Amino acid sequence: MLDVLIIGAGVSGCAAARELSRCKADILVLDKEEDVCCGTSKANSAIVHAGYDAVHGSLMAKLNVEGSRRMPALAKELDFAYDQCGSLVVCLSEQDRPGLEKLYENGVANGVEGLRIIERDELAKMEPNVSDDAVAALWAPTGGIVCPFGLTYAFAENAAKNGVKFQFDTTVTGVAPIEGGWRVETNKGSIETRLVVNAAGVHADELHNAVDTAHPMQIIARRGDYFLLDHAAAGHVHHTIFQLPGKYGKGVLVTPTVHGNLLVGPTAIDVDDKEATATTAAGLAEVREKSGLAVKDLPMRQTITSFAGLRAHEPRHDFFIGEIAPGFVDCAAIESPGLSSAPAVGAMVADIVKNSLHLEADPAFDPTRKGILDPKTLSFEERAALIKEKPAYGQIICRCESVTEGEIIDAIHRVPGARSLDGVKRRTRAGMGRCQAGFCSPRVMEILARELGVDQSEITKSGGKSKIIVGTNKDAF
Amino acid sequence: MNNVDLVIIGGGPAGLAAAVSARKAGVENLLILERDSELGGILNQCIHNGFGLHTFKEELTGPEYAARFIAQAQELHIPYKLNTMVLDLAADKTVTAMNKEDGLFQLHPKAVILAMGCRERPRGALNIPGYRPAGIYTAGTAQRLVNMEGYLPGRKVVILGSGDIGLIMARRMTLEGAQVQVVAELMPYSGGLKRNIVQCLDDFGIPLKLSHTVVDIQGKERVEGITLARVENGKPVPGTEEHYDCDTLLLSCGLLPENELSRAAGVALSPITSGPLVNESLETSIPGVFAAGNVLHVHDLVDYVSEEAGAAGAQAAAYLQNGEQDAPAIPVKCENGVRYTVPATVRPACAGDTITVRFRVGGVFKNKKIAVYLGDTCIFSRKRPVLAPGEMETVRLKGADLRAHPDASCLTVTLEEA
Repeated sequence: MLDVLIIGAGVSGCAAARELSRCKADILVLDKEEDVCCGTSKANSAIVHAGYDAVHGSLMAKLNVEGSRRMPALAKELDFAYDQCGSLVVCLSEQDRPGLEKLYENGVANGVEGLRIIERDELAKMEPNVSDDAVAALWAPTGGIVCPFGLTYAFAENAAKNGVKFQFDTTVTGVAPIEGGWRVETNKGSIETRLVVNAAGVHADELHNAVDTAHPMQIIARRGDYFLLDHAAAGHVHHTIFQLPGKYGKGVLVTPTVHGNLLVGPTAIDVDDKEATATTAAGLAEVREKSGLAVKDLPMRQTITSFAGLRAHEPRHDFFIGEIAPGFVDCAAIESPGLSSAPAVGAMVADIVKNSLHLEADPAFDPTRKGILDPKTLSFEERAALIKEKPAYGQIICRCESVTEGEIIDAIHRVPGARSLDGVKRRTRAGMGRCQAGFCSPRVMEILARELGVDQSEITKSGGKSKIIVGTNKDAF
Repeated sequence: MNNVDLVIIGGGPAGLAAAVSARKAGVENLLILERDSELGGILNQCIHNGFGLHTFKEELTGPEYAARFIAQAQELHIPYKLNTMVLDLAADKTVTAMNKEDGLFQLHPKAVILAMGCRERPRGALNIPGYRPAGIYTAGTAQRLVNMEGYLPGRKVVILGSGDIGLIMARRMTLEGAQVQVVAELMPYSGGLKRNIVQCLDDFGIPLKLSHTVVDIQGKERVEGITLARVENGKPVPGTEEHYDCDTLLLSCGLLPENELSRAAGVALSPITSGPLVNESLETSIPGVFAAGNVLHVHDLVDYVSEEAGAAGAQAAAYLQNGEQDAPAIPVKCENGVRYTVPATVRPACAGDTITVRFRVGGVFKNKKIAVYLGDTCIFSRKRPVLAPGEMETVRLKGADLRAHPDASCLTVTLEEA
């Protein structure tokens, strides 16, 4: 029998796994997809919210501020891309100013450090492309941006390094109490465990409701559509820019990303289908329309892709973390700012589990993890030396993002490692650039097939039925 | 490697023709840097015929056409490096590149020819809503999988965009056993060559739907279907949606010159072509940096790429011999449907015997004449029964004509009623 089964390998599940790997315990993380970071964690604003937004007194507020506070040290310890670039909430009308002040006060109450309301002159100096209508802004120097994949992989890899196991392509079909724990039914057989952590994202309500019928939960999938702009658009803004909801309605955010792109979005559209990550014409049009509210002259023609993600929205609009039955811990309704809060969410879940199972600390725990080496960060001499030692770092595979074969091989052999084009893309950025994998996908397929020892026809875009190749020439004749 | 005078970035049709021409004009120390594993560029995957009618007066396949130039380069002992990526071009022409054998290295040539070609516009840039499943490929990616590796990327295909690669792939996929259901084109005219529409669609009974676009993509893991709609004034018309069951959507929606290196070096680029702004010598805003082929503007025929690149090679050789030519330049203006011209500026004093002006039009025009004015004086005119955006136009101007009116402040290329 396992000690802990974590259902869901998103950022919350992986953060909990990493924190629990500090203890002596048999831990397994399950996911229905083929990799870590395939749901909400992969399609969001990639922001570390400072924590002024969440209602004071809520769990969300507490964990957001705590998560944001932990992020800089964690980024060093686990080697993922994070930049404390600061954020601005732009107020576009004098009549909306009370709202800005209210936001400031809420942030101060939440314990957000360094908050300040700045006037138009200072704002325009910080962001020359801010809207001409902007009158003031809330400046939050602790706001930041993070690679959401990098953060999730960092948690997962560090957890794996400390003994946590991962199992993919496994869908939970039922959960029932047994003597001393739970039996979890899946499409790949049943698993017995002393304790279950429900980190199933948009599906967390289904597990919750199977266990606690008296207090049902409803998670609504709230879709957000985004545009990602090319590196050529980077520099248009320098901080994460939100628009204060007000006279001009609710806007969308415009932010640099840690990889030097510009991200614009999201919408907030409730959808019935919890897998409906399709963008819609109306959703994209809405982002395009609102993108200009707080920032002027956005170069939307530099768009390289658009995508949509689903937030796990719960009508009470707060995180729901707690042991709802002996040995069954919910980590549910983790909507925005879930990514920002992840370090604190993971720690809170781990504390509950440790207390429940009386887990002992593991003295062998290693808190560090090295990310995939990006040769672009090296000096000329260091890079030359690396290629001499490992020639695969001299072969560019993805031209747009200058990703080498060495990085892709590293990504495939990580634990948990990349098994698909998207798995390679999220870990190395190969295929993430302006040509959107046009040139590199056949090359990455070759490398995946070679390194995994499978035929190229087995390679998928993102697991399941997403095969790239369906046959060979003239096989139909 | 340290005393290279001329670096040619790219070993496709443009780079090869430029190298051959530069060598023939006397450049001793030159080097081609090619990122792929063989010379020839995209021609290697263009196994259909139709190449070389102008250059060699015969019909060749892409690999055959490339082989002719590769043979010339080898006869002339032109050195090249394969699997070599140029990472940076600096304003002082320092080239930083790398490969597995030489590692990371820098070159300091006196002249550079940009011959990086172009890339395809991806789905993301087209803002097609829907899921992001497997089964959506640019026509060129599908072409590589089918023609170079023998893999079929899909069995039931819809093609968006009627660019030449899309048209060619409609025929290729059909020949390889896939069912190509329709080619949809956003514009009211095709962006491809007329001959390709006839030979690749009409001959196989594949319908071309002009003024149509994809408004939805179904299927979460693999494409299961798409929805087409008619387009008016750039917007899909509600109620005109048609569903197609398919497992593959190929995109042939335009090519973009690949100028990230040029931009980093500070080369001035045209917002219309996305290629460098060049003068009559195909020299960019950085003296000694030349450009030719699809990196400069997207061509319709490779023969014209070779011709243009040959000129760039000769000009680079002249630059290495004579240094920078300081002469007054006049801009080339585009009017009445002419979208752009290459060159964008002309120095009459440097025009030699003739200069070549290439351009494309922004719509379909019938019974027009192409006219070129130096100041107010018409120095060229030619009747054209049909002009279309898919076909590049070429005009040759006499150097003597360009020098006959020293007071003229611009050259104008325009379309007039025939």
